[in-house]
Amino acid sequence: MPGHGTNRKLGVARPATSGNDAKPFDRIEVETLVARVLDSMASGLTVAEIRLYRELEGLALYIEAAKAEIAALSPDDISSTYIPKATGELDAIVDATENATNVIMSAAERIERLRGEVDGGVGAVLGEAVTTIYEACSFQDIAGQRITKVVVALKHIDEKVTTLVKALGGEIARCNKTNPSEKELARACAEKDVLNGPQLATDAKTQAEIDALLASFD
Amino acid sequence: MSVDKNMPILIVDDYKTMLRIVRNLLKQIGFDNVDEATDGSMALKKLRDKQYGLVISDWNMEPMTGLQLLREVRADVKLRGVPFIMVTAESKTENVVMAREAGVNNYIVKPFNAATLRMKLSAVLGAL
Repeated sequence: MPGHGTNRKLGVARPATSGNDAKPFDRIEVETLVARVLDSMASGLTVAEIRLYRELEGLALYIEAAKAEIAALSPDDISSTYIPKATGELDAIVDATENATNVIMSAAERIERLRGEVDGGVGAVLGEAVTTIYEACSFQDIAGQRITKVVVALKHIDEKVTTLVKALGGEIARCNKTNPSEKELARACAEKDVLNGPQLATDAKTQAEIDALLASFD
Repeated sequence: MSVDKNMPILIVDDYKTMLRIVRNLLKQIGFDNVDEATDGSMALKKLRDKQYGLVISDWNMEPMTGLQLLREVRADVKLRGVPFIMVTAESKTENVVMAREAGVNNYIVKPFNAATLRMKLSAVLGAL
C-alpha cells in the first residue's frame, strides 16, 4: 500500500499515514535511507563509482546512436561504388585528353611539313601557329599529374572509409537490410534521373551496338 | 664557338605526348638528333651506351626519378660532364634547390613555351 508501514528490505519503519497527514522524512531518515539503498546494491559501490558508471552508460548509448547514424549513411557505398566510379572517370579523362592531344599533334605535324611548300611569309606564320599548338598541348601532361594527385587523395579517403566500415561492420549490415541499395535506388529513379553523362569505354555501347539495338525493334 | 646542332640529345619523360612535344620543339630550334627514354633507368642505360651532348629530363617518373638520374649521372666519371636540364611541374623552391645541389645545369617549369626552351638551351650550350 502506498505510503504505508515498513519497507522490510530497507529496514526503515514509517507509521501508517493517510492523505495530507503524511509526515516527511527528516534528514537523518533520508541519510539512512540513501545509505541503505546504496548498501542494498550489494556491490559495495561508492557514489562516485555509481556516477562514473552512469556517465559510461550515457557515453555507450551516445556511441551506439552515433554508430547507427553513420551506418544509416551507408559508408560502404563510398568504397564499393563511388570511389571506384570516380577514379574510373578520372582515368577516362586522362585517356581521352591524351588521345585528343595526339590527334592535335599529328595534325600540327602535318601542317609543319607543309611549311616548306609555301612562300616564306606564310611558312613563318604556319611555323608560329604550329609552335603555339605544341606549347598548348603540354596541358595534357599537367592535367594528368593533377588528376593523379586527385586519385591519390581519393585512395586515401577510401582507406579511411574502409577502416570505418570495418569498425561498424555489424551496424552497416543491419542498416543495409532496411535501406535500399544503390541499384535499387537507381531502379526506382524516374526517367529524367537516368542520365549519367559520358560512359566509360568499358560500359559504353558502340554506335554499331546502338544501331543493332534500334534495328531489333523493327 | 657555335653549337653543334647535330649532337645527340636524350629527352626523358614518362608522358609520351610530352616527349613528342619536346622533340618537335627541339626540331624547330634545329636539333634533329634526339633519342627518348621513359624513365631514369632507361635513360641511364642509353647514356652509358652512347655519348650525348645534352639530357633534358622530367623529374616525376618511376621507377627512377629525374633527380635520381641526375645524381647517377653526376656520380659517374664518364657521364658527369653531360649538361642536364630538368623540365618539370615541380616548382617549389626546395625542388629547385635540391636539383641545383645535385648538379643540374638549368631548370624549366612546365608548362613552358618554345622561347623558354630556346633560352635555357642557349644558357647551357651557348648561343644558338
